[in-house]
Amino acid sequence: MNLFKTSTVEQLAQRIPSGIRLCVAKDESGVSMAVTRELARRARDGILRDLHLITVPVSGLQADILIGAGAVSALETSAVFLGEYGPAPCFTRAVKAGAIRLIDGTCPAIYAGLQAGEKGIPFIPLRGIVESDLMRHRHDWKLIANPFAATDDPIVLIQAITPDIALFHAPCADRFGNVFVGRQREVATMAHAARATFVTVERMVDEDLAHHPQMAGSTIPAVYISAIAVAPRGAAPLQLGGEYGLDEAALARYAKHAASEVGFEEWLQEWLSTASGLKGAPLAALAA
Amino acid sequence: MSAAAPASAAEILIATIAGLLADPAQVRHVAVGASSPIPGAAALLARARREVAGLAPLRLSILGSQAHNSFTSGGVEIFDMAATGRIDVFFLGGGEIDGAANINLIGVGTEASGYPEHAVRWPGSFGSAYLYYLVPRVILFREEHTRRVMVPKVAFVSAPGQSAPQIHRPGGPYGLLTSRCWFVFDKAAGRFRLESVHPGHTVEQVREHTGFAFDSPARDADVPQTTEPDQVALQLIRGRVRDELRETYPKFATSLPPAAQ
Repeated sequence: MNLFKTSTVEQLAQRIPSGIRLCVAKDESGVSMAVTRELARRARDGILRDLHLITVPVSGLQADILIGAGAVSALETSAVFLGEYGPAPCFTRAVKAGAIRLIDGTCPAIYAGLQAGEKGIPFIPLRGIVESDLMRHRHDWKLIANPFAATDDPIVLIQAITPDIALFHAPCADRFGNVFVGRQREVATMAHAARATFVTVERMVDEDLAHHPQMAGSTIPAVYISAIAVAPRGAAPLQLGGEYGLDEAALARYAKHAASEVGFEEWLQEWLSTASGLKGAPLAALAA
Repeated sequence: MSAAAPASAAEILIATIAGLLADPAQVRHVAVGASSPIPGAAALLARARREVAGLAPLRLSILGSQAHNSFTSGGVEIFDMAATGRIDVFFLGGGEIDGAANINLIGVGTEASGYPEHAVRWPGSFGSAYLYYLVPRVILFREEHTRRVMVPKVAFVSAPGQSAPQIHRPGGPYGLLTSRCWFVFDKAAGRFRLESVHPGHTVEQVREHTGFAFDSPARDADVPQTTEPDQVALQLIRGRVRDELRETYPKFATSLPPAAQ
């Protein structure tokens, strides 16, 4: 008996409304490209807009597509880039045009903000950062005197990050709604800090993951999980740790096409028209 | 067996960085961040050389790799390790780097628009604003050595080269490696000192393409040439290192020359 009712990818995407703070993982940590495609489709249909996208702590393909599709109006990030495949073209165009509100951060501050969020506290201190120009633009970061130090010790406070929804892709879930994430533990921090967590998984399994002696330590218990949809190869063309690697050809093809606005549009239409998964093949016609 | 091809420019950089990681007393754990194929290759080479020499092992953590890092607590762990003194060496780059070792990973504005609507925009600051403060030896690495990168003063300080005395700062710049040369950062002087120039380049060219002032010996002829990799290093780079790097940097690994048959 399934105690946790699973959704379809489409149903899950429909429950992500405009204007929310949506938190996603870096490209190699388990990205739900399956839901990302539905979000891009909804943005193109005029249904979804004004997402405040929080990347943990960086992003690449996922953020670039959502920005290019017009789903994002604010972006809180430490960096957006396509790794070996170069700059993220839609991100770069949007920033240069002033089309999105950019909240530039640094990786450990995003993790620390989420850690404050998962503790239910308003802020958390963090070393470093003090003399970075980022401080001048982050009004949610404050410099204070360490109240415990005998001598002058300035330290930065980072405001808690409490996303409305955390979205990611993981290897498997069980019928109770527990989700196994493996080594990609940052998605657990996201789930703890967010008000709701939506997950796509490669497969459902029979074991009770929260009580499995080897898997429980890398499992997010169902109490944090709001929705699960099964999406085989749901991170493709990105990698999923322990499951499959990056589709290099697909990334190279994306980088090439997205380099121009027209090329991105062609790529997006092609992607939205494919039934499932982002594979290399459907774009072969565009690769010439 | 045919004679091995001479060292490429990339291989000289890889071997130079590996040399900086050679001493087991100074470097126990090196971490390599995003978009850093040459530092990643160097860390793998340094680990292999220690094994070959029977020295204490080099721990390495390559971000983005499954095989070559041992983080089990998620993305935050590298930062927590740095703050507790468990990482000895890290690498940072910069769209702009200045003579006080300030780095800019954000972009360059225009007078009309300014931040954040840049005329030039790079990916972002990554973990630089934090790790530069906390990792004892940060090696700045940027292949492009031109006046648009090596500037008198960065347009945006993602992370500063130096801090006020009351700031908690166990970390900071160790040196700057470019496609032309290797500078060491003199913390007392707050300036770079030219340490060696790579084969095929001259001190005059370094001066011509560097937008900031730096220290160097009175006579240009006294600046040594960067040591070229030996045969052991070349064999390791073209064999084991190339294979190990492929998981994280497939495109770059393919660009390295394969081992001689």
